[in-house]
Amino acid sequence: MAKQQPRVDAVIVGLGWTGSIMGMELTEAGLNVLALERGADRTNEDFAYPKPADELEYGIRHTMMQKPKQAAVTIRRDLNERALPQRKLGAFLPGDGVGGAGAHWTGVLIRPTPTDLQLKSFADQAFGKGVLQDDMQIQDFGVTWDELEPHFTFFEKVCGQSGTTGNLNGEIQPGGDPFEGPRSEPYPLPALQDTQNTEMFDKAAKQLGYHPFPNPSANVSRAWTNPYGMQLGPCNYCGFCSRYGCLNYSKASPQTCILNALKQRSNFAYRTNANVTRVELAPDGKTATGVTYIDEHGEEVFQPADMVVLASYALNNVRLMLNSGIGAPYDPVARTGVVGRNYAYQIGGGIHMYFDDIEFNPFATAGATGRMFNDFSPGNFDSAQYGFIGGAKMHSSQASGTPIKTPLPKTAPKWGQGYKDALRKHYGHHMKLSMTGSVMSYRSNMLDLDPTWKDPYGMPLLRMTFDWKQNEHRLSAFMRDRLREIADVLKPDYRDESFNLEGSHFKVTSYVSTHNVGGAAMGTDPSTSAINRYLQSWDVHNVFVPGGNAFPQNFQANPTDLIGALTYWSAKKIREEYLKNPGPLMAQS
Amino acid sequence: MSQPDNTSRRAFLRNTFTLIPTVGLAGGVSLTAKAAEAPPNLSDYQPAFFKSDEWAFLLAACDRLIPGESEGKGPGALDTNVPIFIDRQMDSPYGHAERWYMQGPFVLDGSPDLGFQYPYTPRDVYQKGIALTQAYCQKQYGKRFEQLDAATRDQVLQALEANQVDFAALGETQKLEASEFFSSLLENTKEGYLADPIHGGNKHMASWKMLGFPGARASYRDWVDQHNVDYPLGPVSLTGERG
Ligand SMILES: Cc1cc2nc3c(=O)[nH]c(=O)nc-3n(C[C@H](O)[C@H](O)[C@H](O)COP(=O)(O)OP(=O)(O)OC[C@H]3O[C@@H](n4cnc5c(N)ncnc54)[C@H](O)[C@@H]3O)c2cc1C
Ligand code: SF4
Repeated sequence: MAKQQPRVDAVIVGLGWTGSIMGMELTEAGLNVLALERGADRTNEDFAYPKPADELEYGIRHTMMQKPKQAAVTIRRDLNERALPQRKLGAFLPGDGVGGAGAHWTGVLIRPTPTDLQLKSFADQAFGKGVLQDDMQIQDFGVTWDELEPHFTFFEKVCGQSGTTGNLNGEIQPGGDPFEGPRSEPYPLPALQDTQNTEMFDKAAKQLGYHPFPNPSANVSRAWTNPYGMQLGPCNYCGFCSRYGCLNYSKASPQTCILNALKQRSNFAYRTNANVTRVELAPDGKTATGVTYIDEHGEEVFQPADMVVLASYALNNVRLMLNSGIGAPYDPVARTGVVGRNYAYQIGGGIHMYFDDIEFNPFATAGATGRMFNDFSPGNFDSAQYGFIGGAKMHSSQASGTPIKTPLPKTAPKWGQGYKDALRKHYGHHMKLSMTGSVMSYRSNMLDLDPTWKDPYGMPLLRMTFDWKQNEHRLSAFMRDRLREIADVLKPDYRDESFNLEGSHFKVTSYVSTHNVGGAAMGTDPSTSAINRYLQSWDVHNVFVPGGNAFPQNFQANPTDLIGALTYWSAKKIREEYLKNPGPLMAQS
Repeated sequence: MSQPDNTSRRAFLRNTFTLIPTVGLAGGVSLTAKAAEAPPNLSDYQPAFFKSDEWAFLLAACDRLIPGESEGKGPGALDTNVPIFIDRQMDSPYGHAERWYMQGPFVLDGSPDLGFQYPYTPRDVYQKGIALTQAYCQKQYGKRFEQLDAATRDQVLQALEANQVDFAALGETQKLEASEFFSSLLENTKEGYLADPIHGGNKHMASWKMLGFPGARASYRDWVDQHNVDYPLGPVSLTGERG
């Protein structure tokens, strides 16, 4: 018989970005809130200088990240392949411990466009029949730009977003992104400083008629006090940002922006080393009674709660739903069920360029440093003629210059004296042109429970079925051609490229991005979405599931601005309606 | 050459010190850690994990993967204590695969794009990989790897890299491939060469000086807007060593 803890009003599973936001919002509504975090406690002191400046420990050994030992994912590329466990981290690096991936993310904080939120409606209107792959199952998010705009604005203030405004209440502003949706307020802070590569990219992009603007950043450019009274110091371009905790209180994270304020509230508590294995349901299956977790002593504990928030990252949220029987699991053959449906990801690609005579000083940089343009996001160009939907953010970013990760030309020797010569010649003389592309959802890209492998607590692992599809291959080829034109303007001494083109398959061994989305999509139709437009489970009304899992497909940029805004949007509905009258917030039919 | 010549290496290191000017710490960077203990000499070091014959292989292999000044500019893997780094990694969470998923069943016939599936920790990979490579050298040349001349050692490493050494035929049962052993060895060698000296390699930050990487300075607000100029300061390490 599991040990039992005293009941709380709300239990939050995971204390990363979404868990911290929900903690703030639900305690503000007067609830007694408990967060359960599977990893260790981590405070800003854990990131004190010089500790984070250790590439091996954090950049290579992934010390802050999800341990496959505790929660591996099995992966296959199609429904017929045998899925195998990802035994060590590779393509994506989910977080672990207080702060989640939010403690070691890069901090590019960018909104989707209004069109991205209504991609299906856009596709129906802009693409003739038969243009798009017929196994594609893209959907609208079920929430509009106008509904989310105040929540973007608030989350961006929480983060001290730094950048250049492009569209203020419909008025296009110089230097910003003319394609962004209308903002109600300008960026809280000015953009980060330019680096050598951003200057070069900016010039070349403008010469080709594009509209470059500074990467929107949650590495703050100036001192900032956020709405919770938390203070961030100006970024010092330390060069140990993406994959590292910030040593300077400058990167927006749950630690720097929320947790110290939250921990002061007497109606908030959290436990670490508490790994939630499932949500417990009442006998009728219509409400949750709490969650079961394994504590630091390996003991099973039942935590009763009136409300459960799954805030454990997209992949873990879906796994918890499946392991708890919340919602019908998706079946790609019968095409029934919703949990695990519409899993999507992000596609990357780029051109490495080497300039013998230019010093880039790549170590003097912030994680989000860079320039991008949005001329190739959906609706801004006619992709139907190329046979694909979606878009890419085109950019030159310089997240760090740490030496183990030094890129070298493909032709350079991999070892021996030639390797040493290449290192000496090319270190600091490299810049990259990149595309970060959207990925649509498809019938067979999905998540379910693995039939073979289990975690140390006996729970089935999550199984991911995912591959790049023709639409994304075509998108990559198109964007590659555009990036080549930029490279032609810049005239590097050497260049090589890597893109996921026709015939290439998803590889789990090298990093792609930690932008895993979908799997428990939001929407207005319970036959195609696992949660409603307020992120509430259609089936178990006191379970809310904020996270990237809510995306019905992915758009062409980083997900966390949208994840944060959706979490505030959901919290508002919980506070204003759900708590007064707990029950489904949307009718089932 | 049967053993790397450590006397001449020590002499080399002394030279590097006089050749590379040490630059004082920039204002604004404050290092809280106390200064490092002097790194050990490779020749005095007693490996904790590798047995003496494995150690001889490791030294001889690292010396070819990143050779010393005798072959051309820049410090080598032995000059920078890379084997010490690898030995210490073997007793870290990495060496023991402590954070990885090591539960069976181990399915060995899947696509390599799905990642490694053999039931081995990095410690096992080294022990098995070294033994299999030695078996190959005995069969091919009637000598141990470290007894081969430099050119032949390079040929063996190339054969491992190209997966032309058939580990299965030499007795490997869990599908550890020669190319996988080689890539672990090469990856760890580069890590030891380029990581902070706190991990045992990159002695006196020699590789960072070669690259112009300032190490753990981690503070460039005054530099970020100075474009296309050489950064003038030498590196600092996590323990406060300055170069
Ligand atoms: C290297 C890197 C760079 C990134 N860069 C960017 C970027 O530039 N821009 C951007 O928008 N996004 C970026 N991201 C993604 C971003 O970090 C995530 O989108 C964001 O953190 C998601 O918030 P979350 O609350 O869903 O998950 P997280 O912040 O990861 O929090 C989830 C928490 O839940 C805990 N948890 C999981 N399972 C359980 C369980 N069973 N029981 C208890 N606790 C559990 C985890 O340990 C974790 O602490 C990056 C990610 C990484 C890894
Ligand atoms: S680059 Fe700036 S925001 Fe990033 S870790 Fe360093 S100081 Fe913090």
